[in-house]
Amino acid sequence: MKNAAIDFNSQVTVKLADVKLQGALARLQSRFVEGRAAVIGEIDDLQETRTAAAAIRDRVLNNLEQWLLQFEQQATARGAIVHWAESGADVNRIVVEIAALHGVKTAAKSKSMVSEECGLNDALELAGVAVMETDLGEYILQLAHEAPSHIVAPVVHKNKEEIADLFAEKHHLPRKTDIAELCREAREVLRPAFLNADMGISGGNFLLAETGSVLIVTNEGNGRLVTTLPRVHVAISGIEKVVPTLEDVTTLLRLLPRSATGQSITNYVSVLTGNKNAEDHDGPEHFHIILLDNGRSSLVGSEMQEMLRCIRCGACMNHCPVYQNIGGHAYGWVYPGPMGSILTPLLGGLENAPDLPNASTLCGACAVVCPVKIPLPDLLRKLREKQMDRGMKSRQETFMLKAWAWLALHPGTYALATKIGVRIMRIWGGKDKLIHTLPGAGGWTDGRDFPAPSGQTFRELYKREKNK
Amino acid sequence: MRVGLFVTCLVDSMRPRIGFAAIKLLEAAGCEVVVPEQQTCCGQPGYNSGDRKSAGAMALKFLDEFETFDYVVLPSGSCGGMIRVHYPDLFRHNPALLARFTAIGNRTYELTDFLLNIAKLDKVPGNFHGTLTYHDSCSGLNELDVFKQPRALLAMMPDVTLHEMVESTTCCGFGGTFSVKYGELSTRMADNKCKHITATFADTIVGGDLGCLLNIEGRLRRNGDHTTRVLHVAEVLSGLDSEEP
Repeated sequence: MKNAAIDFNSQVTVKLADVKLQGALARLQSRFVEGRAAVIGEIDDLQETRTAAAAIRDRVLNNLEQWLLQFEQQATARGAIVHWAESGADVNRIVVEIAALHGVKTAAKSKSMVSEECGLNDALELAGVAVMETDLGEYILQLAHEAPSHIVAPVVHKNKEEIADLFAEKHHLPRKTDIAELCREAREVLRPAFLNADMGISGGNFLLAETGSVLIVTNEGNGRLVTTLPRVHVAISGIEKVVPTLEDVTTLLRLLPRSATGQSITNYVSVLTGNKNAEDHDGPEHFHIILLDNGRSSLVGSEMQEMLRCIRCGACMNHCPVYQNIGGHAYGWVYPGPMGSILTPLLGGLENAPDLPNASTLCGACAVVCPVKIPLPDLLRKLREKQMDRGMKSRQETFMLKAWAWLALHPGTYALATKIGVRIMRIWGGKDKLIHTLPGAGGWTDGRDFPAPSGQTFRELYKREKNK
Repeated sequence: MRVGLFVTCLVDSMRPRIGFAAIKLLEAAGCEVVVPEQQTCCGQPGYNSGDRKSAGAMALKFLDEFETFDYVVLPSGSCGGMIRVHYPDLFRHNPALLARFTAIGNRTYELTDFLLNIAKLDKVPGNFHGTLTYHDSCSGLNELDVFKQPRALLAMMPDVTLHEMVESTTCCGFGGTFSVKYGELSTRMADNKCKHITATFADTIVGGDLGCLLNIEGRLRRNGDHTTRVLHVAEVLSGLDSEEP
């Protein structure tokens, strides 16, 4: 997927004015924020569980290469073929080669954010393979030629009416607005795709080093069909998704659905191990697993490594007051919200996403809900430090920061400057004691007044009081 | 106990009354309050903008001025979090300084937290009449666990009624330099907060961080609300809410 994070600022304006989007985002908040709040308390040792989950992820990341090799060995021993992809383009090339090898004409795909990183669908279409997204949200987006705006609920930016219009236009059937009927219509269109597909493509929520299994966590059942019906199954995952044992996964599974969708457990948890054996009744004849790096390995051992703990639950964006107001598309790439504001600059270049680390109040709501305790605000701040160190900040901002620091370190001048400053501001505020425009701070005064100060600093008043 | 008051740069310039309110409350709790004269800013604007170097210099200045006190108290969760949580991080590679910053961090408290949990204040000097709604500023809430403390203190005032707003813990959109750099987004977040405030029909919105309060007041006034009072919790608790300046 093309990285358009550079346009963040102009997109904010567009998204804030989009009435339909704003309505959809309000529903997201009630569904996911309240949903999580309703069930997260079921874990009576929540903080200990989060700590344990973070430790499981850290154990892998501190020795990633070894765990990946163990995964490869176990998966291979059970009949899967493991491929290593350095970039998204490598993933596309490998999938196209697999398709050619097995004479694949059609592919059915369940949800995979990693495949969005690669732009896999376009590559397959170009190679003459027809791809059908089978996750309901992704299917809607495929019909609408749009990108996901959320990593768990990809179509959260659209309302029911828009989907009703889209289905009526694309399916050439009478327009329906009942959600159950819309789902039934999609199911009827999708069913032949499962049955006829030569290849199934899935993501992978976890990679089990113990058994070489790919584990997927889904609700719609399409994941099962895609990974078992077609004769070829290709699972694509980031290299950081390895987990040592099934027992470790159970700890992560206590947190993932509750954090993501407010469910105690998802409808389906599939552990996909090896290809179809002689004694198996079903399953794919060929099971390929593609492990994508795409910049992840460069974070291992760096001060940003904690970002790789991420298990893609989306809780950080659901609880982010910035995401809640602009939705996911404004972030410009596959991953939105706080985790995206860190991953996009890290995987796609800080220079291509200069606003993302800064467009946060560092309120900390994301860190509070993160199931694997990623210190997201601290990582955002570290990216800001990189911008400062590399001279990527505007000259004006750098000057203001340096000037403020100089002043704060020179108390005499500071006292004089603030003494003069508050007097000017008091006069500026006039009779109603409100400043309506402030030079250099239009960002504030375009939408807000600035309450004028009383005209004397605490330090002056306190000194006078003390000398009485 | 001897308490060093860190007034904060915003209170010093924008609403000095909060500083006097903090002194009155601390004295009511039996503390000896000292206000070091050379204090300025905790360094948070630079720190959060990626300028670790200048933040470190300001942290050292703070250490020099405040290390001798039994406790350091601030009428701000945001600056309190900077000192308690982030100063030690600035010196994580310098064991000697790290130990000193950890020690002073552990003696540093947000005002309401200190009054309730350390000074054990059981009677507040103010006599406020009215309905309040409380905004929980993010740093105090998420870094210092300040949530119950201001409510417990306000509950000591017989004529105060608290009307909780929905999403009282959601960010108001201030975020320091964020409020200027991403003004449109910040304004929308402030606007959401104002809607929740207005829906409570409280006559006063109270909080513990002046930055957030200026942001909220600025949006309320721009929206034409000139009657809802916007006060720091120290002003309400001390009874200095109506006095000049």
